[in-house]
Amino acid sequence: MTAYLAKRLATGLATLLVASVVVFCVLEIMPGDPALLMLGMNAEPEALATLREQMGLNQPVVLRYLDWVCGMAVGDFGRSYTYSTPVHDLIGERILVSLPLAILSLILSTAIAIPVGIFAAARRGRPADTVTMGVAQVGVAIPNFWFALLLIYLFAVWLQLVPAGGFPGWSAGLWAGLKALILPAVALALPQAAILARVTRSAMLEVLGEDYIRTARAKGMPRRVVLWHHALRNAMIPVLTILGLQFAFLLAGTIIIENVFYLPGLGRLVFQAITQRDLIVVEGVVMLLVAAVVAVNILVDIGYAIVDPRLRTRR
Amino acid sequence: MKTIKSILGGAALLLVAGTAALAARADLVVGVVLEPPHLDPTASAAAAIDEILYANVFQGLTRIGRNGEVLPALAESWTVSDDGKTYTFTLHSDVKFHDGTSFDAEDVKFSLDRARADDSTNAQKQLFAAIDSIEVVDPITVKVTLKTPQGGFLYNMGWGDAVMVAPESADGNKEKPVGTGPFTFESWAKGSAVKLVRNPDYWGKAAALEKAEFRIVPDAAAAIPALLSGDVQAFPQMPAGDALVQIETDPRFVVKIGSTEGETILAINNGKEPFNNLKVRQAIAHALNRDEIIAGNGSGYGTPIGSHFSPANEAYVDLTGTYPYDPAKSKELLAEAGYPDGFKATLKLPPPLYARQGGEVVASELRQVGIELEIMPVEWAQWLEQVFKAKDYDLTIVSHTEPNDIDIYGRDDYYFNYANPAFKEVMNTLAATADPARRIELYKTAQKIIAEDAVNGFLFQLPKVGVWDAKLEGLWENSPIQANDLTEVKWAD
Repeated sequence: MTAYLAKRLATGLATLLVASVVVFCVLEIMPGDPALLMLGMNAEPEALATLREQMGLNQPVVLRYLDWVCGMAVGDFGRSYTYSTPVHDLIGERILVSLPLAILSLILSTAIAIPVGIFAAARRGRPADTVTMGVAQVGVAIPNFWFALLLIYLFAVWLQLVPAGGFPGWSAGLWAGLKALILPAVALALPQAAILARVTRSAMLEVLGEDYIRTARAKGMPRRVVLWHHALRNAMIPVLTILGLQFAFLLAGTIIIENVFYLPGLGRLVFQAITQRDLIVVEGVVMLLVAAVVAVNILVDIGYAIVDPRLRTRR
Repeated sequence: MKTIKSILGGAALLLVAGTAALAARADLVVGVVLEPPHLDPTASAAAAIDEILYANVFQGLTRIGRNGEVLPALAESWTVSDDGKTYTFTLHSDVKFHDGTSFDAEDVKFSLDRARADDSTNAQKQLFAAIDSIEVVDPITVKVTLKTPQGGFLYNMGWGDAVMVAPESADGNKEKPVGTGPFTFESWAKGSAVKLVRNPDYWGKAAALEKAEFRIVPDAAAAIPALLSGDVQAFPQMPAGDALVQIETDPRFVVKIGSTEGETILAINNGKEPFNNLKVRQAIAHALNRDEIIAGNGSGYGTPIGSHFSPANEAYVDLTGTYPYDPAKSKELLAEAGYPDGFKATLKLPPPLYARQGGEVVASELRQVGIELEIMPVEWAQWLEQVFKAKDYDLTIVSHTEPNDIDIYGRDDYYFNYANPAFKEVMNTLAATADPARRIELYKTAQKIIAEDAVNGFLFQLPKVGVWDAKLEGLWENSPIQANDLTEVKWAD
């Protein structure tokens, strides 16, 4: 198990290093001068030159890359061009919104999807199965921003139970913060739940067709025990894979939902930084997300090993 | 009986509490589309900074009023020498910065010297270019000497880029702005909101609002529910698009269509074939149907313009008839210029709706006369880099939002690639003229020269679509500069 973990960690680090080169190069060739963007159309050439100097844009590319990577290794992500504050502060503020939101939606989607998937699998081909999977199909097809708007009009404009958007900050209290995250979490969770439910169902069906399940049923084991203990555990591998992918998506890919609810999350930070050519912020956040995806993948691998003991000994 | 009494008592109590709450309403949440990169108006061109801080937190010697007029601010009064070169400002004597330090003539000298210094990154450095020296006469008197007389000097001192800052706090203004205005800065939750509170020690008439929050709502789809749910009570620039109709019919809100300083133009690369030919540019002008373009610009509002000048300005002349919409005439001119079958060109469009949607209309109108445009959407960063800096473009649509900026047509190396000595002459005379009547005449001449030269396709003045709670009073309807001055804003009883 230790060797297995060490190997996974080494691959993870290599991935990070490769990603840093790619991210840096891509942003380097992207057209657009951050200094020009800040000073606008009336800027004088001297003022521009001064600003470029202040921002450190006049240094050679290789030097800037090394500076950046070495800084990150010791936890220094550099200083934002536009906000002129340390990047890790910016990320720190935003992650307090994005991470709880991702975790909340993941909990919601898992709590809905797995029981629904098992329920449908247990009633394969019967009306209950057809109806739940039909609903799930609709859930997959509905764009989440549209669903989000629907939720806003119902719960914020009409019933006025929650704010229509924005985030008051955790300093305003746990409940105020959670209240602002409920609708976005639901909007994010439902399409995810729909996908997860379908995956759970098909994974369960595959397992339910195995010989050992028939044997278990034949020796008189209760249906519930067979389903929840014997079948579910073996159906977990594809479900875990999808969960890992979904968590990475929820952390990084929520730009649209963050815009609809104007939440100050990581997605919007990146989006804004790209349009303002605040390259150092883009690089920092992208690297953080790469690290998150790598970490989630390692966790998922550990999860595989837990649900399937064979994987522990094989490697 | 007892229960009835207590119910009545409770109801009375509620009523009292209710009225007290109503009468005491002194908070406001204003929605803005763009977040400022930082909070120092003297270090960036970003309009989002001025839209929060100008007149609220920071003040200059003079200020621009709601109709574009120059008003006294920190300078109580001033005198101008006969040769127009020396301005003597008398300052208000009891002014304090928000950190408690006092404001006096030394701070004026510091602020202006800082803005025009060699290592300054002020985005509008040219505002201070005419200044020769600044002399502190006594704590409330400061004398500014110019190299040459400058007609617009008092106006220039009213820009957000020319506000007064203190040597003790200037370096920290990006994060924690310290000014002299009626509101003090409270907090900035990045990506979310900037909060201001009333300044208890303000030197002038105190503001009616106790608290003001500028909330960043970047998405049009989010702006409508934010308004309908009451979370946000005013959008000075509503990104509503098609949904505006829904709000216009709602009695809880008012929709005010005001003017801005944004001349929206189809900019033409005058230095490039075939656009260096006057006939081709005239042909383009004759092919443009302004009403159609305005209808398709995303909001449906806007005032047609025939030159690069705001209709709200007193020196404005209506030149929309210089080259009226006439496709037949346009084709004739193209044939005379040697393009009987038209030609192909590109049209680069930055992100705002007026450009992206208006651009489609412009392209279809030019196609009618034989000019085939390839539409190329670009980001702002690309636009600045390719169009503005490298002048690598044929045509583009953009709104020039700086106030009173007709002088850009006289600049060397500007992205229009336009050079007309007669125009430059007018600009030089204007810069040295202080007499208001004479200045108006010169502005009129300038407008006519560029209209007749058909330098650009002059389309429309960008509208300010403001939406706010019907009970709010005192917000600006027009936008003579980019600002949301809350000094006079209050809730009606």
